[in-house]
Amino acid sequence: MPEVAAGRFPVEAGHVLAFARSLGADDPSGGLPCSGDAAPPTFLIAGAQFDPEYPLRPRPGVPWHGSGGDAGLVTEGAGGLHAEQHFVYHRPVRVGDVLTGATRPGREWEKHGRSGRLRFREQITEFRDEAGELVVTARSVSVVRPERGSAL
Amino acid sequence: MTGLLAGSLAVGQTFEAVVVTDLKRTQIVQYAGASGDYNPLHTDEIYATKIAGYPSVFAHGMLTMGLTGQVIAGLVGAENLVRFGVRFTAQVWPGDTLTVRCAVVRAGDGDAEFSVSTVNGDGTEVMSGYAHARLAG
Repeated sequence: MPEVAAGRFPVEAGHVLAFARSLGADDPSGGLPCSGDAAPPTFLIAGAQFDPEYPLRPRPGVPWHGSGGDAGLVTEGAGGLHAEQHFVYHRPVRVGDVLTGATRPGREWEKHGRSGRLRFREQITEFRDEAGELVVTARSVSVVRPERGSAL
Repeated sequence: MTGLLAGSLAVGQTFEAVVVTDLKRTQIVQYAGASGDYNPLHTDEIYATKIAGYPSVFAHGMLTMGLTGQVIAGLVGAENLVRFGVRFTAQVWPGDTLTVRCAVVRAGDGDAEFSVSTVNGDGTEVMSGYAHARLAG
């Protein structure tokens, strides 16, 4: 589950360019976005890059569950899959911003679908700028099948 | 970026764009690198098939939301977005072609609300949601 990462998140031009390119952005000028340009609407998810302990990034000395010499490891409690993502923009995220995210848990609920029990968990992250003003409120919902562990 | 004008919109008006054709695994890897989400379900075919039991790797939900967000930003200007939210309703696989459809559900004097639907090549909806933007009159 791609948690919206908390912590300090500088919105850098090269990062915004790489992120936009991964979304198929055509940048015939080849130039970096300018300070003050609005970032793509979903850019805040990339704050994961600045979370020193983001669990979905391999780190030296920490076991990684993907394949290497073998096919990898089943992991417990990896957080399930992403069911919903919502952003409220109090103002645009702009190149040059230095944001700080703070995360709190939200609601939890269960549904019984055709394929069994589904457990949903909400997480809310507020991003503020250096003046302490609220910039974006992000709400993520993850889903797991408790009977099957983390993978759906 | 040119945005839509509030006065030019009518409820029911739709906008459609193909955001990816024959999604490549490399674009999923590209998104993993840019976003920082290296979950091997999305990037490691051996792990995704042999350990997790999927037919192949599949795209991050946030790649679909991001591709869709680029269409919305192109329509209204990213700086004018007030809200953007989605539910992921089906997985997106390598080889998929995705089309984004935005429909005006409310057109105010200085803002507009859109329903958002992203469908694959079979017409299956993979993501549904909403967007709300301020618009110049």
